[in-house]
Amino acid sequence: MNGLADIFVRSVFIDNMIFAYFLGMCSYLAVSKSVKTAFGLGVAVSFVLVVTVPVNYLINKYLLTEGALAWMGEGFARIDLSYLSLIIFIAVIAGIVQLLEMAIEKFSPALYQALGIFLPLIAVNCAILGCSLFMQERNFPTVAHSFSYALGSGVGWLLAIVAFAAIRERLRYSNIPKGLQGNGIAYITTALMGLGFMAFMGL
Amino acid sequence: MAKENPILVQVLGVCSALAVTAQLKPAVVMALSVTVVCAFSNLIISLIRNTIPPRVRIMVQLLVVSTLVIVVDQFLQAFVYDASKMLSVFVGLIITNCIIMGRLEAFALSHAPWPSFIDGMMNGIGYGLVLAVVGFVRELFGSGTLWGMPVVPQSFYAAGYLNNGLMILPSMALILVGVLIWIQNSSKKGLK
Repeated sequence: MNGLADIFVRSVFIDNMIFAYFLGMCSYLAVSKSVKTAFGLGVAVSFVLVVTVPVNYLINKYLLTEGALAWMGEGFARIDLSYLSLIIFIAVIAGIVQLLEMAIEKFSPALYQALGIFLPLIAVNCAILGCSLFMQERNFPTVAHSFSYALGSGVGWLLAIVAFAAIRERLRYSNIPKGLQGNGIAYITTALMGLGFMAFMGL
Repeated sequence: MAKENPILVQVLGVCSALAVTAQLKPAVVMALSVTVVCAFSNLIISLIRNTIPPRVRIMVQLLVVSTLVIVVDQFLQAFVYDASKMLSVFVGLIITNCIIMGRLEAFALSHAPWPSFIDGMMNGIGYGLVLAVVGFVRELFGSGTLWGMPVVPQSFYAAGYLNNGLMILPSMALILVGVLIWIQNSSKKGLK
């Protein structure tokens, strides 16, 4: 159990998706105008991460890695399908996002109102695919580990975007050099926040 | 190309871009890969644009792009193995690079194949330029080398010059891009 909590804390603070790897920057910059929408997107991203990463973990473990098909019989034991992983991961993500969108619309119209507009954006969010790929690279021993990793990454992303949106709401009232307004200052703010997060490195 | 630079003006595709720019070489390899994928995916989508049902177009685009990325990935592993090790998952992340999806949506779906191909290539090159500049600055000041070769003369170090370790940290890439945007915006106003 210790390992799980460890992975969770690591992925929230030290390997934060935005500050350490710049994943999901596109939507991070676009949707951080107000804290409320930022929170909505953050929740949606965490939700999709928690569903897709364990699914991709299972697919990777039992279908794609070298020797993974051994359970189908002798002849399949030497097949290595890992070069297919990119296309399968992205198909799984796009498929699950679509399913989630339909399910949420059907069962909880209120939630759909809140998250609906973000869901299509998420299929092409680098953070989701990136998380699956890092999961593949790190070779977690069980599904639980990958679940904890996904949850941690999602929470880390949520934390980053909400904090950034809060700063941005204040920025509107401050006096910024002309050329730097808008995106320029957004990048630099993110960089400074990233430097702050570096302090967690020692944890 | 310079005026509509995808990173500086449209703020697209920074996600996977900046983490690989600590050195010049992976930055250039990354830039080339994105250019190739962007140009060819634009071409392919433009060729089949009349047969794609609009409801599933995102899925089709993702499949085309990811197939191309797999080809590029295998190619890199075969010919420039060390660079592909350094890029690791970021080659895969080209798939979700917003530049590519953005150009497919905005241009390839409504234009003929040849202009789409050029458009994809130009956007890839504009993106590559930013990567190369950031990679150049970070490698030069961060580790005193270019393309893995030392360029800062030994006498500098003897005189007390030190590499700026801050440049290697990921956050510096963002500050550099911020500064580039600043330069870009100011120069545009100068033109007017």
